[in-house]
Amino acid sequence: MDQILGNIDLLIQFPVVNLKIIIDGVMIGALFALAAYGLALVWGVMNVKNLAQGDFVIGGGYVSWWLANNVGLHPLLGVPVAFVVMWGIGWLTYKLVISRVIERDLFTSLLATFGLAIMYAQLMNLMFGSDTQSLVLDVSILGLQNNYYFADGLIDLPAAKVIGVVLAALLATGVILFMKRSRMGQAIRATAQDARAARVLGIDTEKVYAFTFSLNSAICGAAGAIIVMVWVIQPFYGITYSVRAFVIVTAAGLGNLPGVIAAGLGIGAAEQYGSHIFGIGYQQAIAVMLLLAVLVYRLLQQKRNRQVLQ
Amino acid sequence: MTMQKTSFYAILLAIIVAAPFLFPDFTTQLATLWLFIIVAMTWDMTGGQMGYNSLGNIFFYGTGMYVAAVIAIGLVYDVGEYTGASGGGRYDFTNEQYIIGFILGTLGAGVFCALSAFVLGYVLFGLRGPYFAIGTLGTAIAAGELVSNWDWVGGGQGITLPVYGGDYDQTKLFIYFAFAVVGVILFIFLKWLYGTRFGAAINAIRDDEEKAEAMGLRTLRYKLWTWAMSAFFVGMVGGISAFQLISFEPLESAYQTINLGIFMVVCVLLGGKGTLWGPIIGAIMFQVFKEVTWNYFLGWQWVALGALIVITVVYFQDGLMGWLQQKKPEWFGIRIDQKEAASEAAK
Amino acid sequence: MKIKTLGISFAMMMASTALAQAACEEINIGAAISLTGKYATNGVHTQNGYEFAIKKIDENGGVKIGDKCYKFKVTYYDDESKGDRAATLAERLINQDKVQYMLGPYSSGMTKAIAPVTEKYQIPMIEAEGASRSLFNKGYKYLFAVLSTSEQYLASAVTLAGEKAKEAGKEMSDVKVAIAVENDPFSLDIRAGVMEDAKKAGMKIVIDEKLPRDLSDMTAILTKVKLIKPDLLVVSGHSKGAATAVRQIGEQKIASPMIAMTHCEAADVTGNFGAAANDILCSTQWAETLTYEDPIFGTAANYETEFKAAYPEYGEKKVPYQTAQASAAIYVYKDAFERAGSLDKEKVRDAISATDMKTFYGGIKFSEAGNNVAKPMVLRQIQDGKYNVVAPSAFASHPLNYPRKPGS
Repeated sequence: MDQILGNIDLLIQFPVVNLKIIIDGVMIGALFALAAYGLALVWGVMNVKNLAQGDFVIGGGYVSWWLANNVGLHPLLGVPVAFVVMWGIGWLTYKLVISRVIERDLFTSLLATFGLAIMYAQLMNLMFGSDTQSLVLDVSILGLQNNYYFADGLIDLPAAKVIGVVLAALLATGVILFMKRSRMGQAIRATAQDARAARVLGIDTEKVYAFTFSLNSAICGAAGAIIVMVWVIQPFYGITYSVRAFVIVTAAGLGNLPGVIAAGLGIGAAEQYGSHIFGIGYQQAIAVMLLLAVLVYRLLQQKRNRQVLQ
Repeated sequence: MTMQKTSFYAILLAIIVAAPFLFPDFTTQLATLWLFIIVAMTWDMTGGQMGYNSLGNIFFYGTGMYVAAVIAIGLVYDVGEYTGASGGGRYDFTNEQYIIGFILGTLGAGVFCALSAFVLGYVLFGLRGPYFAIGTLGTAIAAGELVSNWDWVGGGQGITLPVYGGDYDQTKLFIYFAFAVVGVILFIFLKWLYGTRFGAAINAIRDDEEKAEAMGLRTLRYKLWTWAMSAFFVGMVGGISAFQLISFEPLESAYQTINLGIFMVVCVLLGGKGTLWGPIIGAIMFQVFKEVTWNYFLGWQWVALGALIVITVVYFQDGLMGWLQQKKPEWFGIRIDQKEAASEAAK
Repeated sequence: MKIKTLGISFAMMMASTALAQAACEEINIGAAISLTGKYATNGVHTQNGYEFAIKKIDENGGVKIGDKCYKFKVTYYDDESKGDRAATLAERLINQDKVQYMLGPYSSGMTKAIAPVTEKYQIPMIEAEGASRSLFNKGYKYLFAVLSTSEQYLASAVTLAGEKAKEAGKEMSDVKVAIAVENDPFSLDIRAGVMEDAKKAGMKIVIDEKLPRDLSDMTAILTKVKLIKPDLLVVSGHSKGAATAVRQIGEQKIASPMIAMTHCEAADVTGNFGAAANDILCSTQWAETLTYEDPIFGTAANYETEFKAAYPEYGEKKVPYQTAQASAAIYVYKDAFERAGSLDKEKVRDAISATDMKTFYGGIKFSEAGNNVAKPMVLRQIQDGKYNVVAPSAFASHPLNYPRKPGS
């Protein structure tokens, strides 16, 4: 208790810390939002709840890490490469497994993707070993510093994180524009609204599904390639990102892309505040409790609606 | 009961009693098999019979472990002192204290878990479909994280329970029979329960909850009681497991969400949802598969397990019993109407 | 990718027919090791240590019991870094594979899970990776640990911080200590040790945080460190804790005058993060620069060279002490078997208990409780990318850099 009060006291004594926490939270949240964004897509379009989401993220990280170490690829170029490679893996996954669970009940997709998550994590462990890995991004060739400091060095902005956020924002805008403008994007949205009607109107929903799932996997892969520059990855870390993605999508609701991004940033900040005040040991607990709180809130909302109907 | 059935159950009971004596080296694995059978059967109560797919039943297992341990220790020593003594101090238990702690601990674990099922269920049963699954999963994960930060029960250190002073082979037999007794009681109880009005009611909830409610069934009450009963048994075996493992910690042994928590569901799916024997057969199949892969595919066992889950879920979701039911309906006393069968075939 | 299908009765049959020709008979030892899960990195280090020692002993004439020659063969299982799994595997090794001797798993948590089992079956277990003190207050008779217990890991860091404060003319009660450890048995024991020492010296604990197991970000803690400015920051969280901490300490320019942690070598912080790791203190059970020596492995430095030759994947990295102590555990077995002059497990247990030997890993002599009392922990500081021993003073090869100058 004393510790909690002391931590709150620090926030008041040093107001600039609040800014620092929010900045950190936003930077983390941006990457959570990317993974969640893909989940919202597959959930909304094909009604698949993908528990292997986090493993796609980690997979993308390993693609970038492997290439940087074996081919000497620049970590920044790892992002598009991871996007492409994970697209392929996503497509394969779709063809082999996901295409067979779309029409099934909701629980099926949860369990099937859980099985996939176990498999992928272990395959990565066998391929890359279980060491924690990370890449150090050196941006001095671009004429940038590797770290920027403000407020007496209390606020630090590592270039890697800033670039990560920028990349995340670019990726998100790109996907949003793609969904709005392109033919495929329209087909995806049509399928999400009513798959049967879309089929009647001549949309090849099978193709749409395959595309959506591959796109999701690719977005996750790109997020992973950013994460490997900013934090560390390990074959069994996927679950962390899966949990966050579920929290965010549940909080934001489906088909609400700006909502997903806002929720992602919000959860990032909430987690940082929570772990500052209660201690970092509660980070995961805070994320999960937020999920439960959102579920209960939704429930109460529904109840109220039902009462209005009555 | 026909003569045939009576002798079948008699033989089965004989096997259960004789197994640890026939294969003394496998006693612990047989005990673990019972654990899987019990958690699979209890999962099927809500998942198979009532249509509520919980991914959080492991909550009761973990809570059972902790409640049993706290009761057993608390009867003799101060719990905070006991768990805090990671650096020194010795705490001995007499055999009598151990046995009393075991009995009260396991029963207490069952009762506590049943009560917590009422409280949790009151909130969670408002969630439907996948949200119920995610909500229960979230509860289990959150509980594990919170317990791992709770110093009074040892935090991340976990708890090391006292060891029974007697012969070790005896302890193992004792644990085996503790599991077996709970398992047999659960089987008899479920066999009776599924034949009663209560069983019919929870099946109605599974088939169409709105309609059931419209017919005047107080669904929430049925849901809560079913979950509480299932939690009672899971809590008890959690307690027994605590004594079997002796040393356990919150995240990997007690609230092992992505292990036992999901395995129990896979067991049920393997054997066949919504049947009395399905979970039992599924648990046996799963356990055999697990032991074989864990022995022979060192390193690849998780890949094999993941593949098993995917294949079961995607291709054989009705499980072995479901498959049999479809092939040989007469074995299950199902008579298919000619007209229905024809329309079934037309599909 | 090493896939070993060991411990199968079939393979054992094959092995026993092959034995007719082989010079040495086999002694089967069981081990549950974390090959998957969160401890897998160090689990593999441990396994390599075991295998390397077995090979070395074999090359040096094997184990001589009477006039017969034996060699060790280890049956491995994967405990997946899960305690309940480890305990069942120990039972399986003893009951089904009929091993009479056990080697320890990786980490205190796993050892804690296995020890009650081996104790009950009265199977001797020499372990090399479980340092928690709670292992040695249960009165276990068949558990022996070659490593120093965990409260000693960072004790000399606390002492050093005290000395430096005294030099600066500071009051002990002004010395602020920040602790961030993983929420697992090993790291919590480190925390207990540091807290005890700090309290005894009259220092103040200003931050006391537990890192979650799936840690990937500790900025929240480091921000507090920046505000409160402790004199000593202690971090412990196996390999990933060390990796995350060093990286973010560099990014956030944490300027604490003294930072101490565990598992620097296993996480290869110098190779991964370069200058960010500068002047960080790392506790180690063993260092290749120490002057220990024995007839099988030669000097500590020689062990390092030969091990790297056998396992080229270690390359530029330091050979972690986890590997060295695993090898030492095998060496103790060899020594004990030869002194016992028999395969009888009670006699071997008594021989192990009477062990008093000098090895490349340091002296090994077990207390009544089973922990090694003949070997100190050493504290190394990363100075310009090199690990130099700075404490305790009897072993120090370099002076301590204080206050820490973070590299750029």
